[in-house]
Amino acid sequence: MKKFFAQSYLWLLLSLLYAPIIIIGVFSFTEAKVLGNWTGFSTKLYTSLFSGGVSNGLLSAIENTFTIAIIAAAVSTVLGSIAAIGIHNMRGRKRQVITLLNNIPMLNPDIITGISLFLLFVSLGISQGYTTVVLAHIAFCTPYVVLSVMPRLQQMNPNIYEAALDLGATPFQALRKIIIPEIRPGMISGFILAFTLSIDDFAVTIFTKGNEGLETLSTFIYADARKGGLTPELRPLSTIIFVTVLLLLIIINVRARRAARKQGNI
Amino acid sequence: MKVNIFSRRSSWALPYAIFLAIFVALPLLLIVIYAFTNGAGEFSLDNFKKFVIQPEAVNTFIYSIGIALVTTFLCILLGYPAAYILSNKNLNRSQTTVLLFILPMWINILVRTLATVALFDFMHIPLGEGALIFGMVYNFLPFMIYPIYNTLQKMDHSLIEAAEDLGAKPSTVFWKVTVPLSMPGITSGIMMVFMPTISTFAIAELLTMNNIKLFGTTIQENINNGMWNYGAALSLIMLVIIGITSLFSDDDAQSQNEGGII
Amino acid sequence: MANNSDTIIKIEHLSKAFGEKVVLDDINLDIRRGEFITLLGPSGCGKTTLLRMIAGFLQPDSGVILMEGNDISEVPPHRRPLNTVFQRYALFPHLNVYDNIAFGLKLNKVPSAEIESRVRKALKMVSMTDYEDRDVNSLSGGQQQRVAIARAIVNRPKVLLLDEPLAALDLKMRKDMQMELKQMHSELGITFIYVTHDQEEALTLSDTVVVMSDGKIQQIGSPIDIYNEPVNSFVADFIGESNILNGTMVHDREVEFIGHSFECVDEGFGTNIPVDVVVRPEDIYIIANAENAKFTGVVKSCIFKGVHYEMFVETDKGYELIIQDYNAFDVDSTVGMFIKPNDIHVMQKERTCNTFEGKMLADNKVEILGAEFECENCTLNEGENIYATINFDRVELLDNKEDGIVMGEVVFILYKGNHYHLTVLTDDGEKIYVDTNDIWDKGDIVGISIAPSDLHITKRV
Repeated sequence: MKKFFAQSYLWLLLSLLYAPIIIIGVFSFTEAKVLGNWTGFSTKLYTSLFSGGVSNGLLSAIENTFTIAIIAAAVSTVLGSIAAIGIHNMRGRKRQVITLLNNIPMLNPDIITGISLFLLFVSLGISQGYTTVVLAHIAFCTPYVVLSVMPRLQQMNPNIYEAALDLGATPFQALRKIIIPEIRPGMISGFILAFTLSIDDFAVTIFTKGNEGLETLSTFIYADARKGGLTPELRPLSTIIFVTVLLLLIIINVRARRAARKQGNI
Repeated sequence: MKVNIFSRRSSWALPYAIFLAIFVALPLLLIVIYAFTNGAGEFSLDNFKKFVIQPEAVNTFIYSIGIALVTTFLCILLGYPAAYILSNKNLNRSQTTVLLFILPMWINILVRTLATVALFDFMHIPLGEGALIFGMVYNFLPFMIYPIYNTLQKMDHSLIEAAEDLGAKPSTVFWKVTVPLSMPGITSGIMMVFMPTISTFAIAELLTMNNIKLFGTTIQENINNGMWNYGAALSLIMLVIIGITSLFSDDDAQSQNEGGII
Repeated sequence: MANNSDTIIKIEHLSKAFGEKVVLDDINLDIRRGEFITLLGPSGCGKTTLLRMIAGFLQPDSGVILMEGNDISEVPPHRRPLNTVFQRYALFPHLNVYDNIAFGLKLNKVPSAEIESRVRKALKMVSMTDYEDRDVNSLSGGQQQRVAIARAIVNRPKVLLLDEPLAALDLKMRKDMQMELKQMHSELGITFIYVTHDQEEALTLSDTVVVMSDGKIQQIGSPIDIYNEPVNSFVADFIGESNILNGTMVHDREVEFIGHSFECVDEGFGTNIPVDVVVRPEDIYIIANAENAKFTGVVKSCIFKGVHYEMFVETDKGYELIIQDYNAFDVDSTVGMFIKPNDIHVMQKERTCNTFEGKMLADNKVEILGAEFECENCTLNEGENIYATINFDRVELLDNKEDGIVMGEVVFILYKGNHYHLTVLTDDGEKIYVDTNDIWDKGDIVGISIAPSDLHITKRV
């Protein structure tokens, strides 16, 4: 009986949490301009989203969002992995300082990160646009890469790098042939995480995108919503984003669980 | 002895250290510098004076703290029972349910807010203060459930059995053992809800049709209108508030955050 | 010992400190081509640091390492013609057995046909034929170590470095691997430099043993030399079981200890010189008939140890000796004992009392060991540099560390038959030696106090 009430409570909360998302998902399959009107099942919004039946603004926003996410995630992964190796080999005060700095972007509210980077770019006289958004995204994504690579390094036998040098590998060869294969799972998780965070970001992007008309999906949605109406094609798009994020998170989860299980076996 | 700088692997963190200095430390320093200077670049406290004098800014500030407190309180009220049920083996065994509660943490806050607006529209609920608070709770509830769930999960179950063994009633066990032991989770949950609630800007606009302004919106408007020094000062005030909040939570909050990758 | 032409590695004045802590202190060592040399010592003695410097993983603060006459101090590890077997194997987890072993050969662009034949040969040498395709994580500890050895020797290094390679294995496996290593050494004919803290392993395997302690080489010699002729009480205590006793060299060929005078074979110490005397437990002859013996005692305990019995005997003058014999003697029975002149090993005492540098603070107040001590009848001027000496048995150790004038940690304990000789490391990093009858454990934190009348002050110029 107790269990019945408990489970009911959980499912009530879950249905409240997911109701908005489900509504968007359901109404992405109808043509009505205004959300809430059901004018029969149709995949027209999906086809118009993909066949370019929408404004150029939305298309370029989608393109920007994905290219920025890929560049930021790739750079963050390289920068963060190399940094993690360095931090792993640091001791004492230096390590504390860099770890603290690494934690700041994760603990700071997005708006502060956004404004602080905005002030940086205006003080340095850098005109804001695509590049500054990418730089800003790298800044808040890299700490998460460092965080997902570090545990792999900590599990690694510290002697294997030396063993590679001992067998005649140059430091660069040892990195490429030994360390990278060892930390690769952490790098992949870090990349996925960085990619997701970049796609999701709104607050940092809006402060660093400048006035040159650059839009990402989040800023496009924001601008669109402020105008009052929501472009109907945003419904299928939100649904797609939701499903993509869902899949990526499931992948990370399965990987993490598999790694944990593998570790438990040894 | 000459040592090649690249052969020491601790130097590999150097590029990132420089990057952090430029893109994390320097920008934060700039907030402080802008906050304490006027438009001419001279040291001044005008920005803070302006904040104190302007009733509108102070009111927004206090109102935002109020909204954040109410949201946080509601999140504890709704989230604690959920976390308790999720972590209790007798009441819930499914890992999937846990995952379902955590997933919304990773969905774009704007998409979720718009979905909420759509829901209210759909149900003909008027947008306004009520919608704002409900929207905030919708958005941040998972951030409260997850850390509490985490602490309850790690809690040594034999402590509860020990309390029962010593003759405590179930309600006494809950209030005297379970709740105190889950305090670290509650404090980090408060951090994770209070901090974004006080700093949001777009959400309030969308949920209230721009009728209610929160502190985050004020900051954003000032920055957008070129009032950088004043905006920086307001940001600094927000940082201080958040800093004070984080003093109440211990180191545990940080480890909870790090474990936040589901 | 070795002439220059067959010295493969020569280490000169090598020193290294990690922060304040000196881990290697002016090390000089010649390693002959083809020998099996072991660096032996307790943990923290610097043996692994020395090995890592030879491999190139650490840079010395000063001194040079010469290999075949060339200074290799600046050569990075991957260009040194030597290979290492690591304590925790350090196999590459993402490669299988074959690829692990072939790793070095592939880097050196050896033709693949040759790689294959050399890998097979190496696998055969470590008795791991047919394991090529196995995942290294699926191997047992012993098998992983065999692969690690094969991975090193397949490159035909001039010198093979082994860093406690058997420490992680169980006893039985360790014994088997010792024999195999010994055989491998003679088959390959290359130099082995072996690091271990296990004295038995060192004596079994090596041509030459280097005993290290506190970053210094204590003794270099063949296993037999090290066992029979330890140069100081540290080596005597570390290698095998022994009775280490205070004695006095009366004159050439006569030494007095445990209250008796013995004929010995040592000469040249002078007359009435305090010395340390080492007698191995198997070198004390024990007989039931007490009357004809050199000295007598009462058996306190007798334990069977597989081949021999190990007995603790309290002598007529109150000293406790450890004795090994094939015959058992009843506990509480009175026995007679004698020792052959040949089996008495006399060593110069490293020190006879504690000496510290310090300075006068005021009348009857001195600063030593980083603290203020009181003394009596010392009237030197304030600020003057002094030596303070304290006899070993006059240093007082206190249970409650706050009660002493300075604090210290017991780092080394030597039983001297009727008392303990302790080495206590003070917070200041100085060593103070203490003779006591109280029982302390290694690692105890103690308070140190000295009575004013026991502190002898002399002027230092």
